[in-house]
Amino acid sequence: MVTRDQIVHWLEATAVVMKENKEYLTQLDAAIGDADHGINMDRGFKKVMEKLPSVADKDIGNILKTTGMTLISSVGGASGPLYGTFFMRSGMALASKEELNDEDLFKMLKTGVEGIVQRGRAQLEDKTMFDAWSPALDAMQAALDNGQNTHDALKAAVDAAEQGMKNTIPLIARKGRASYLGERSRGHQDPGATSSYLMLNALLDTLENE
Amino acid sequence: MKKLINAVEDVVKEQLEGMATAHPDMLKVHFEPNYVTRADAPVQGKVALISGGGSGHEPMHGGFVGKGMLDAACPGEVFTSPTPDQMYEAAKAVDGGAGVLFLVKNYTGDVLNFETAAELAYGDGIKVQSILIDDDAAVKDSLYTAGRRGVGTTVLAEKIVGAAAEAGYDLEQCADLARKVNQNGRSIGIALTSCTVPAAGKPTFDLGEDEYEFGIGIHGEPGRERLPMASADEIGEKMALAILDDGPYTRTVREWDNESGDWVEKELTDPPFKSGDQVIAFVNSMGGTPVSELYAIYRKLAEICENKGVTIARNLIGPYITSLEMQGCSITLLKADDEILKFWDAPVVTPGLRWGA
Repeated sequence: MVTRDQIVHWLEATAVVMKENKEYLTQLDAAIGDADHGINMDRGFKKVMEKLPSVADKDIGNILKTTGMTLISSVGGASGPLYGTFFMRSGMALASKEELNDEDLFKMLKTGVEGIVQRGRAQLEDKTMFDAWSPALDAMQAALDNGQNTHDALKAAVDAAEQGMKNTIPLIARKGRASYLGERSRGHQDPGATSSYLMLNALLDTLENE
Repeated sequence: MKKLINAVEDVVKEQLEGMATAHPDMLKVHFEPNYVTRADAPVQGKVALISGGGSGHEPMHGGFVGKGMLDAACPGEVFTSPTPDQMYEAAKAVDGGAGVLFLVKNYTGDVLNFETAAELAYGDGIKVQSILIDDDAAVKDSLYTAGRRGVGTTVLAEKIVGAAAEAGYDLEQCADLARKVNQNGRSIGIALTSCTVPAAGKPTFDLGEDEYEFGIGIHGEPGRERLPMASADEIGEKMALAILDDGPYTRTVREWDNESGDWVEKELTDPPFKSGDQVIAFVNSMGGTPVSELYAIYRKLAEICENKGVTIARNLIGPYITSLEMQGCSITLLKADDEILKFWDAPVVTPGLRWGA
């Protein structure tokens, strides 16, 4: 079971991770984008932290939806609507839930990622955040099908996301500003795949520590 | 960095405050979220035209708010897309019951934020339509990139569709006209120098004293090639031919469907220019290039159009879609039929464009 408090702690942990990696993500973005991904993510999750106390006693769906709306209205760029949609959709899928079972946790991630795909229209190997999310969901699904528990399934997802993130390095970007670089986008890790891995890893850390 | 600013984080806010003070007869400014509306908004029964994007391209878009052009503009930070709450609140503020049309320049951030806003506005019972402007001929293909960027045709579309809305076109008619303008307009830009985003504090890219970038985007996106500096005639000719000799361009766009309440994909192919066409020719400064040099480019452009059998029916010359203080220019050609020319000539009263009234 994942409790409401754990979801809140995950969002808090994500805010800390985005702050810690602000420069790193911005540097990755400077190589193939417009050098603001870390700045934008840090600003967005700072806003989430301001909003969180007002909904921390509400149900999980409500908390996630509020997170989504806050990110949408504060992050900007492409990542604002993408991460915003992730949380809005996962929030809708988990409306009125006070705690999550294994199936719910997977559903949260899956519906969120479906939202990202619908919004961004990314395909595998376009060099986007989907390259981290897609293998992560596959690995988690496989682990759950094999009867593994939430922690182990999530661990498998995080490992797959990390590998997916690294796999973006040799890819040529086909979406976003990086796509105009063509061949010159090769050899750089995608910033969105990186922040997605960090976010998923923060979830694992939160569940391991509690 | 040497700029007339007070604090980097206040650049957009103070610009908006200055506009509100300067033009109370034409526009109003709303803060948090930031948007500019016509002074008399909402105009009952008229389709409301909304655009927006990162700041730094002035007078576009805020300077084009007023009678006969935009009902609202949503400025983001410099070169950063606005967020959906801005477009959503602006839509609510200017909708006069006939619906709102978003004119969206094709940048991933702008597209995703405007799409989110369109869904929010629709959810509130506002009829919405969203047309993409993607006219930058510097980008060759749409299959392996985010597609052609939205540049100079945006200014022409805002003027023409704004006049059509004023004349009583309904939402679908305005959307059809905007799509037609976009499909018949093409642009190409060049840079002689970079520009400096205030928050970055240093030039966006490096360009040597003896070279220029051909096919630059309005945020300093890389162009087709970097070339040795050349004369106005050589550069003007290369630019004109990049547009006039450009082939058909096909891509898939996403437009909103008010009946199903969802996005529909449409494949569009833009026709190339041909002998016998009449056009609106727009020679634009990126901010740092003086008007005198624009006329040198226009002189060459007019000569080449004549040689190609293309008639320039109207022209616009000056800084209208800029890239901060970048030296450089762009050429936009828009194939114009009677409908387009009629609305081009119609009265407009905005800080950035004003004629006929």
